[in-house]
Formats: sequence, C-alpha cells, structure tokens
Amino acid sequence: MNNNIKTSINYGKWASGIIVILYALITIIPLLWIFMTSVKSQSDSIAYPPKVFSEFKLDGYVNLFTTQSRQTPEYMESLSPPETWYEESVRERNMIITGPSRYGGRYLNSLVIGFGSTFLAVFLGVLTAYAFSRFKVPLKDDILFFILSTRMMPPIAISIPIFLMFRQLGLSDTYAGMILLYTAVNVSLSVWLLKGFIDEIPREYEDAAMIDGYTRLHAFFKVVLPQAATGIASTAIFCLIFAWNEYAFALLLTSGEAQTAPPFIPTIIGEGGLDWPAVAAGTTLFLIPILVFTIFLRKHLLRGITFGAVRK
Amino acid sequence: MFEMTDRKIKWLFISPTILLLLAINIFPLIWTIYLSFTNYRANRPGRPIDWVGLDNYRKLLTDSDVWGYLQTTAHFVSVSIILQTILGFGLALLLNKNFKGHSFWTTIILLPMMLSPAVVGTFWTYLFQPQSGIFSYFINFFANVGPLNMIGDVHLAPWAIIIVDTWMWVPYVMLICLAGLRSIPGSIYEAAEVDRASKWRQFWSITVPMVLPFLMLAILFRAIENFKMFDMVVQLTSGGPGSITELASINLKREAFEKWKTGYSSAFAVILFVTVFGAANMYVKAMNTVKNR
Repeated sequence: MNNNIKTSINYGKWASGIIVILYALITIIPLLWIFMTSVKSQSDSIAYPPKVFSEFKLDGYVNLFTTQSRQTPEYMESLSPPETWYEESVRERNMIITGPSRYGGRYLNSLVIGFGSTFLAVFLGVLTAYAFSRFKVPLKDDILFFILSTRMMPPIAISIPIFLMFRQLGLSDTYAGMILLYTAVNVSLSVWLLKGFIDEIPREYEDAAMIDGYTRLHAFFKVVLPQAATGIASTAIFCLIFAWNEYAFALLLTSGEAQTAPPFIPTIIGEGGLDWPAVAAGTTLFLIPILVFTIFLRKHLLRGITFGAVRK
Repeated sequence: MFEMTDRKIKWLFISPTILLLLAINIFPLIWTIYLSFTNYRANRPGRPIDWVGLDNYRKLLTDSDVWGYLQTTAHFVSVSIILQTILGFGLALLLNKNFKGHSFWTTIILLPMMLSPAVVGTFWTYLFQPQSGIFSYFINFFANVGPLNMIGDVHLAPWAIIIVDTWMWVPYVMLICLAGLRSIPGSIYEAAEVDRASKWRQFWSITVPMVLPFLMLAILFRAIENFKMFDMVVQLTSGGPGSITELASINLKREAFEKWKTGYSSAFAVILFVTVFGAANMYVKAMNTVKNR
C-alpha cells in the first residue's frame, strides 16, 4: 500500500518534470534561434527549410558595426590587399567598409541613460522610502497610491505634453531629458520596492545607534543603508532593465543624439535589405546583459515584478 | 547638517520625489486634459488655440473606428490573459511538485518576460517569416498546413500578437501563482487527508481559493499592461494587415504623432487613462488583500 503511493507520487513528479522541461525548451528556442542566426551568413538565414546547422560566419556582427558600399569588380581589384579579417569578409561580397555604423553610439546612449536614470531613481527612492517607512506622514497611503499610479499611466497618454514641454525647454533628444523622464517613471517602482526592503530592517538597529550618540542622518547612512544594500542593488537592476528596454518614449522623444538602442534595432533591417544576421547580432548584444542580470536577480524577481506586493 | 530634526528630514526626503512626479507626470496629465478640449495641433505652434468644449470626446465616442480599436484591444487583452492564466497556473502546479532541477528550468522559463518588448517584436517578425521562419516550420512539422504568413494574413495576425505576448508573459503569471501555492501550509492538506477528501476536492476547496488572490493580482497587472500595449505590437504588425491588430494605443500614436491631431488625441489619451486608472485602483486593493493575508 505504502509502496504504491510512493511510486504514484514519483510518477507524478516525473511527468510534471517532463512537461515543464518541454515547455522550457519550447520557450527558449526563439532566443537560441536568434543567437544562432547572428552567426549565419545572410543566405543561410533566409534558407528554406530553416537551417539548424550552418557555416559559422561573423558577417552579421561585421555588418552591424560598419557601413558599407558596393563597388565594381574593377575597383575592387585596384585596392591593396585587406588588412583585417573583417575587411576580407566584406570584400568577398564586392563591398568595402566606409565607416562605423551608428549601433555602437546607440548602445552607449542606452548605457548612459540607463545608468544615469537608475542612479537618480534609486537615490530619490531610498530617501522617500525611508521617510515613509519610519515617520508618520499625513495621508501616507494616498501619497503612496499616487506614486504607484503614475506608473500605470500609458506612456503614449502623457507623451504629447512631454513632447511639447521638452520642445519648449530644449530637452528633446538630450541625455538630460531622457534621464529625467526615465527617473520619473522608475521612481515609483523604486519607492515601493525599497519601502518593502527598509520595512524589514528592525528599527531597533537605528534606535540603538541613536542612543550611542548618532544623529538620525548618521544612523540612516551608517546603519540603514548598509543593511538595505541587497534591496538597493536589486531595485537598481529592475530600474536599469526598465530603462534599457523602454521604447515608446525613446521613439517619440529622441531621433539622433540621445536615441537609445530599442528604437534603432528595428531600423537595422532597412539598411542592408533583409539583413537578418545583422538584426540578430544587434539583438543578441542587446539582450545578453538582461539575461545575465535576470539570473542574478532570480531571488528578488517576484518582488520586483509585483511592486513588492508578493514577497515569498 | 547632521543635526536636523526628524520633521525636516522627513520632508527633505519626500519632497524631491513628489516634485519630480508632479513635474513629469501630473503637470503633463493636466496639460493633456486641457488640450483635449481644444483643437490644438502640435505641428503648427503659431496657430491660435480654440476651445472646442466636448467636441473631441463626442467625435471619439461616436466614431465606429475608435470603438473598433477598443474592441481589438479588449479582444487582445482577454484572449492573451486567458491563455497566460491557464498555462501559467498549470506550470506553477507542476513546478510545485519540486522535481529534481526545477529551479534551473524555472529560470529558463522566466527569461522572456525580462526582455525589451520592442526588440522581442522585431525578432519575432523574423521567426514568423512564412518560408524561412522557424515558427511556420515548427507548426508544419506537426500538422501539414503549408507556410503560415502569421503577420500578413488577416486571420493569423491577431494570433501572432497573442502568441508573442503569451510567450513573454506566461512566466509572470506562473511566478506569482507559484508564490501563492508555496504560501499554503502543508498542514491544511494533511487535515484534508485525514478527513478523506479526494485530491479533486482538495484542489477546488483548498488550492484554488488560496491561490486566487495571487492569480487576481497577476491578471489585473497583465490587463493593465496589455491595455497599454504599444511597443511589441508596433514592431510586430504595426497594426496591420489593414487595421486588424490596430490597438488603441497604436491608433493614439498615429493620431498624435503622424496626423498631429493633438487636441483630438489628447481626448483619446484621457479616455484611456481613466480606464487604466480605474483598473489601477482595483490593483492596489487586490495588492492589499494579498499583503494582509
């Protein structure tokens, strides 16, 4: 009798394991496929039926980072031999490299705006969260709801006046404008998450420090901040991922100087006809940091995606 | 500086955040509401602004195209959420059996939800190619239906955006349901076992009611996010073919930044915002229910 129950439980475990693994494999195929496409040649990328095994080519990455122009065979012969492997691979297609592409710059913009807005959002967030966690604030719940509700606004709904406002203030297509905007969007998440983390730090720590002669601010910097380090780090990663992924505002408010990678990546297709390997290469380099961060965040993921409502 | 009173510190800590939100969220919102009563066009800054009262709202609410976009949005929101609930809750139940290596496979399943929706939309256009795309090939491997033009076909395009959205967000529902399942104390099941309640009975009278608040939270959040959906769908179908997948926010962007009907689209924005704000209110209530358990 006992044995029977045990084996049936084991069968259940086995079966659920197999179904979950199947789902996980199906879910990961699109990502793997994109990574694989980034190292295919252009003709392999549009082969029918789709090719699983193909020659390893870095054309996608070369095309992603360079601009090229097509030349006549006569002109190609008149050139001195190529100096680098990527020049060689480009010349095989009767093309020459005319300069770097804009991808690198867009990627850099994403980094600057992402880190800048994350720093500000976490800085403001940790101060506000501390005040809400430790002090009596009139209308506390209403203010907290107000802060959260700003996050629920459809970006397109406030983009019209923000567009007009940025045009007035000369903030259109600038780092400062985008950093300010992403800070405002992220600060709600930052306040809610950090309030949860700070709530979990016992007040007794600060009280003890203050009895020892610390002022409130000293206690905040020397006792609370170090205790909240993990919370601050995971909040920062969430803010960074949001800013990194954001598309709607970036599309409407930036065009050149401060354009981030998400509105730029789709335009890679247009530059070389149907250059899917280059798109895949751009996508791969853009997604890898997020994948790494997600694995780091695993423990606090649930908290982050529910604004701290579910803590486990 | 370190001698400040608690009262001063409190306001010093709170006010920068509030000021920032007032400047970048509330002020623009009030401006949108004001513009929604005018015929302003942002591409003609010099032109005088005329007050038109409720004209924009009247035009919007009597326009059958606008109702069509709202219907498309509602359809997209409801079907994708039903799929995500079934798959997400199902996977959570399976994962809760704690088989060997479940933590590794959970991490794999979670990856899509952290990606940039616009970039996801871009690379799925490649996967959805009728000839060279892996999606069509995969389906034909099991059922011989011929090349599937997921993005160009009127009947398939709505499913294209639903499939991609589901691929991205099943893990979200799954993760929250899993937290719900893990919050049920084992002793409840033991007591039910003593009372000889069947597994079926245990599922419906213990598991479902205990997970429900968590599931509601996930559904509500997904509903709000999908109601606002813009980036992934713009990249994948940009509303086409025709206007089959033209969601409300995609149409709003077209009216505001392509046709430059600023006043009219501001009214549209206000209608969308009021809807989302109502949902957000419910969201916070649901959150408090979950928290207070």
